[in-house]
Amino acid sequence: MGAHPTAAAPPRPSSLLGGPAGVITVGILLAIAVLLPVLNLAVPPSSALHVPTWALALVGKYLCYALLALSIDLIWGYCGILSLGHGAFFALGGYAMGMHLMREIGPRGVYKNPELPDFMVFLNWQELPWYWHGFDSFAFACLMVVLVPGLLAFVFGWFAFRSRVTGVYLSIISQAMTFAFMLAFFRNDMGFGGNNGLTDFKDVLGFDLQADTTRAALLALSALAVAAAFVVCRFIVTSRLGKVLIAVRDAESRVRFLGYPVASYKLFVFTVSGVMAGIAGALYVPQVGIINPSEFAPANSIEIVIWVAVGGRGTLYGAILGAFAVNYAKSFLTGAIPELWLFALGALFIGVTLFLPKGICGSLPRLRGRRRPPPETTAVARGPLADVPGAQP
Amino acid sequence: MSAHPATTPVTSGSEAAPRPHWRLASETLLYLNGVTVSFDGFKALNSLSFYVLERELRAIIGPNGAGKTTMMDVVTGKTRPTAGEVSFNGDIDLTRLDEAAIANLGIGRKFQKPTVFDSHSVYDNLELALAGNRAVLRSLFFRLSGEQRDRIDEVLATIALAPQRATLAGALSHGQKQWLEIGMLLMQDPELLLVDEPAAGMTDAETAQTAELLKEINKRHTVVVVEHDMAFVRALDCHVTVLHEGRVLAEGSLDSVQSNHDVIEVYLGR
Repeated sequence: MGAHPTAAAPPRPSSLLGGPAGVITVGILLAIAVLLPVLNLAVPPSSALHVPTWALALVGKYLCYALLALSIDLIWGYCGILSLGHGAFFALGGYAMGMHLMREIGPRGVYKNPELPDFMVFLNWQELPWYWHGFDSFAFACLMVVLVPGLLAFVFGWFAFRSRVTGVYLSIISQAMTFAFMLAFFRNDMGFGGNNGLTDFKDVLGFDLQADTTRAALLALSALAVAAAFVVCRFIVTSRLGKVLIAVRDAESRVRFLGYPVASYKLFVFTVSGVMAGIAGALYVPQVGIINPSEFAPANSIEIVIWVAVGGRGTLYGAILGAFAVNYAKSFLTGAIPELWLFALGALFIGVTLFLPKGICGSLPRLRGRRRPPPETTAVARGPLADVPGAQP
Repeated sequence: MSAHPATTPVTSGSEAAPRPHWRLASETLLYLNGVTVSFDGFKALNSLSFYVLERELRAIIGPNGAGKTTMMDVVTGKTRPTAGEVSFNGDIDLTRLDEAAIANLGIGRKFQKPTVFDSHSVYDNLELALAGNRAVLRSLFFRLSGEQRDRIDEVLATIALAPQRATLAGALSHGQKQWLEIGMLLMQDPELLLVDEPAAGMTDAETAQTAELLKEINKRHTVVVVEHDMAFVRALDCHVTVLHEGRVLAEGSLDSVQSNHDVIEVYLGR
């Protein structure tokens, strides 16, 4: 499937996107970026085509989850690294953006303090902690959105992959990492708003966060970010580096004996993934209006893995589909029958593991393949050296 | 019978092969001296010493647990010896390097169980093994050159998998996987190939073809084969080292070691 014997031909755009499925994925994302804002802003509310603002917020949130799911699929689907702590990178990106949004509130807080965010005034703090400096600048915040999760992923990966921590052990320590962050961020002394986190944001770059236009712009930005991340991931996984990653997933020690520095490859892709998760968090926070330590909860990180498993790992577009499908089900069920949601999630995971081990997208080619003629038999009668003159006994 | 260079002393008994140091730099490719590996007190290798010359084809035989695979692990950097020295190409100390560094020095390894990348095509498997820069960013922007594609085609022909170039490696038969893995070693173009039981699980015809393939490869590379199958070793027609309990029991032509008392004792006696 998908094997090109002469893969050295210059890649066409459609092969970079991974054929029809990839083209459709990017097409839908671009359509979301353009159509939903137009249908919200330009179409009058009385029209049947009008998209309400709450729907914009919802889709915007799903898009951030889709970006997060992509970051997991990149490492899990292609390199076999099952991180159960990716929520930490997402939350750190979110906190970095949240800190900037807090600074933008300025003197409009409940306590009208121009220097300190409300929670610091409440805690009787006299001055801004050193690590809050710089977040007045949007550019600095954006830099931190990339740097902090990226650096954490790099350091975590450095220790884990150097020591050859793999499989379930890596999953467990990644889970422990995000749990440790959750406990730390719950503490008021940390200076990140403790239990309540950061909230009551007013605007971003001067645009009112409650305005339809701002919401539409954030949604469009999120859709573009997912599309861009999809293309970047496709570029990575179709390169030779991507082939090495898949090889590491299938037979890690063989790759080592071929002379590849496996730890460096894993570190690279893990860091890219951490940065993607951080950007997802940064786009998420202005759209939902809050970031608190519960984003670090281990259960959140596990949920991301379920999205990818449901959608189909190792396909990229499957991760996006899974994030949308599972979160739509979550929105629907938690609204209709809230007490059933966790059972449904558990049943979904078990069901997918048992009946669709490759997820929705991974199972599609198999269903389609039933209609195709059987592949040619691979048995050969001729042995090696058959073409080398004089080599046969 | 033996095509082995006459310069190699044929030793027998459990003593290590002594070798004057002044000859090391010129023709010895791999040199193990007093290598010991103990796992919780059990000595998998017990002061093992032997050497392999450049362009040599060497078979290593021995009963189960003799230390054959552990010896390969030590040479390829998977296992660190408890004591002893392992040097390659004269003065490179292999005990200080990791697997990737050793592979890049020119030591390729074929595993006992065929280990290929199942979800890659035969072609991609060979491409991944292609000798070259293995740095991360180089790989991200790597493109095959025409010359490299020719080289892959050449190896595909040698291992008789050209019709299967687009087949996923996971769909190959056992014997084809073995050949693919040997093909991957050829792509690496190593000075020294370590081949662990290449004929295991093969039909007689495949075994004979594999022996021919290794002899063909030996024209350009040094090859060390670990094997159980005596018919296969005979087909290789080379110098044989017998390991037992982590040390060299006998060395010489297959006929000479088969008539060796110690070897008969280990294989048949008790």
